[in-house]
Amino acid sequence: MSGPLLEVKDLRVEFPTRRGTLVAVDGASLAIAPGEILGVVGESGAGKSLTGMAIIGLLEPPGRIAAGEIRLAGERIDGLPYEQMRRIRGRRIGAIFQDPLTSLNPLFTVGEQLTETILAHLEVTPAAARTRALALLAEVGIPAPQARIDHYPHQFSGGMRQRVVVALALCAEPRLIIADEPTTALDVSIQAQIIALLRRLAREHGTAVMLITHDMGVIAETADRVAVMYAGRIAEIGPVREVIHAPRHPYTAGLMGSIPKVGRGAGKKRGRLVQIEGAMPRLNAIPPGCAFNPRCPQRFARCAAERPELIAVGTTAAACWLYADGP
Amino acid sequence: MLAFILRRLAQAALVMLTVGLIAFSLFRFVGDPVLFMLGQEATPEDRTRLTLLLGLDQPFYVQYAGFVARAVQGEFGISLRQVRPVSGMILERLPATLELALVAAVLALVAGIVMGVYTALRRNSWFSQALLALSLIGVSLPTFLIGILLILVFAVLLGWLPSFGRGETVDLGWWSTGFLTASGLKALILPSITLGLFQMTLIQRLVRTEMLEVLRTDYIKFARARGLSDRAVHFRHALKNTLVPVITITGLQLGAIIAFAIITETVFQWPGMGLLFIQSVQFADIPVMAAYLCLIALFFVVINLVVDLLYYAVDPRLRIDRAAAAH
Ligand SMILES: Nc1ncnc2c1ncn2[C@@H]1O[C@H](COP(=O)(O)OP(=O)(O)O)[C@@H](O)[C@H]1O
Ligand code: SF4
Ligand SMILES: [Mg+2]
Repeated sequence: MSGPLLEVKDLRVEFPTRRGTLVAVDGASLAIAPGEILGVVGESGAGKSLTGMAIIGLLEPPGRIAAGEIRLAGERIDGLPYEQMRRIRGRRIGAIFQDPLTSLNPLFTVGEQLTETILAHLEVTPAAARTRALALLAEVGIPAPQARIDHYPHQFSGGMRQRVVVALALCAEPRLIIADEPTTALDVSIQAQIIALLRRLAREHGTAVMLITHDMGVIAETADRVAVMYAGRIAEIGPVREVIHAPRHPYTAGLMGSIPKVGRGAGKKRGRLVQIEGAMPRLNAIPPGCAFNPRCPQRFARCAAERPELIAVGTTAAACWLYADGP
Repeated sequence: MLAFILRRLAQAALVMLTVGLIAFSLFRFVGDPVLFMLGQEATPEDRTRLTLLLGLDQPFYVQYAGFVARAVQGEFGISLRQVRPVSGMILERLPATLELALVAAVLALVAGIVMGVYTALRRNSWFSQALLALSLIGVSLPTFLIGILLILVFAVLLGWLPSFGRGETVDLGWWSTGFLTASGLKALILPSITLGLFQMTLIQRLVRTEMLEVLRTDYIKFARARGLSDRAVHFRHALKNTLVPVITITGLQLGAIIAFAIITETVFQWPGMGLLFIQSVQFADIPVMAAYLCLIALFFVVINLVVDLLYYAVDPRLRIDRAAAAH
């Protein structure tokens, strides 16, 4: 199979409120191939988590998918009935959330939580589930699983708990894992271990990973490709090297702390570092045209009038009028 | 664990000593027992003799120590009204009150939890709203009014259930039970509803609030993301976490049910300890009042102890684990 494992097209996530509809994710499109790690990066509030939650069908009402398609191995999975979606969650898409301290139920042992997940998806006996649970704990690097399996979450350190969370996501060998800020709450040294674990999964098992983070450093180290989100939209998407070393979108460039090398001022490579002035707009005050235009050092007339779609630039694509050919 | 129990036992003993002191003080504040027993016409010699006989010439703390020593053996002296040992009178009334309290508590707990869970899971259904409105009435109406209304409807107007008494009872040794006869069971219905209604609505509201709180937690989101069924998420993960705080409240309420049985027993002329207490108040029958006070306090203390232990059993975080501290 050569097509993407996950394909999101023009995803729109809305929150109907009394004072009008908030659009939290607006026309996001991305794809992940088997074994690939796609980084999703952006400031807090950019819509990264909601994109992930929309994919696993766990948007909290009144949040809803208002438009777009989500395909897993070619099949549409948005709008599936609850029970069908439940069987995809955990079985075909695993999830890892930010805070390992709160992701595990404190009143159940890690063994109980692992076996219940295995039994929810696989036709195995409880004894076989326990054997598999032990193997998973070993796989994610928990020392002495035999001794640890009957411990409660509070008996593990933060890093070890996040490994347990990863093991839980792996229970039914999903082909895709959505990891939402899996290292943000962890110490730097432990971050590296969790990142290494995710990379090993992708390499050895061909698991695709959607790695959500606001840490460009984590992306640079881990991801194959990266999507940059801004105000619910994808500003730029492409191979991680390209995006980091030759950012096309002025927002990405700002994130990297450098000025883009192409566009209106092409050729005139400026060495000055810029801080992006201002803050990302609130959902109820997203400016017309390009959402970034009030902060963009390179905006021009068209930016405030028309909204840019992703435009292919070499191996990447950027939603920026700088790359439009002609008016 | 042992230290924990010992500490709680010491606290319990302290509480009992304090309550004992209050009960003991009753004797002294209500009047001179010698005068009370001998009447106005007694000679000073008679009075002195009786004072010495009763040990009333001793210092306060010696008399108190004597009271405690006798109370521990279940001796509270002779009822002034019935001229028989108080312990026997209390023991005779104990089964009626405990059976009523037990039925009321079970009713409150089961109905309260079921309704609490229902109103939390079906937050927006009209039936939930109706239950909530009803529970508001349950909390605000005084117990005696509820009792009288129930009697009016089910005993007077419909004639389905008896309006007073325990019905027929069967003696099992010294314990007389109403559980074994049809009339005994019928007689339990109205009083137990009256007695348990307040606690039921309290538990319902508590369970609902806690459950809603728990349903918002990360571990519940993660449990859904693992693809567990709704049933497992709601009734295994959410309910168990909900019940931790509910245990405490319910335990304390059980004590309150026994104590508040006074009102219900009066309304329904239920031959329990509460009715005995009310009657002894009218006659200033101090020994009975003192004994009742101590017994109710003992119930509270024992229940508290059991609740603490239960809490400890349900929540693994409270179990001190040295192995965990090392990791
Ligand atoms: N229940 C909600 N109601 C209204 N707005 C919401 C709700 N949940 C999230 N949002 C908004 O959606 C936006 C995107 O959120 P999120 O996807 O969590 O961002 P992040 O990129 O930090 O993960 C934020 O601006 C947030 O305020
Ligand atoms: S479209 Fe205009 S405002 Fe938006 S990023 Fe490009 S240049 Fe800046
Ligand atoms: Mg987020």
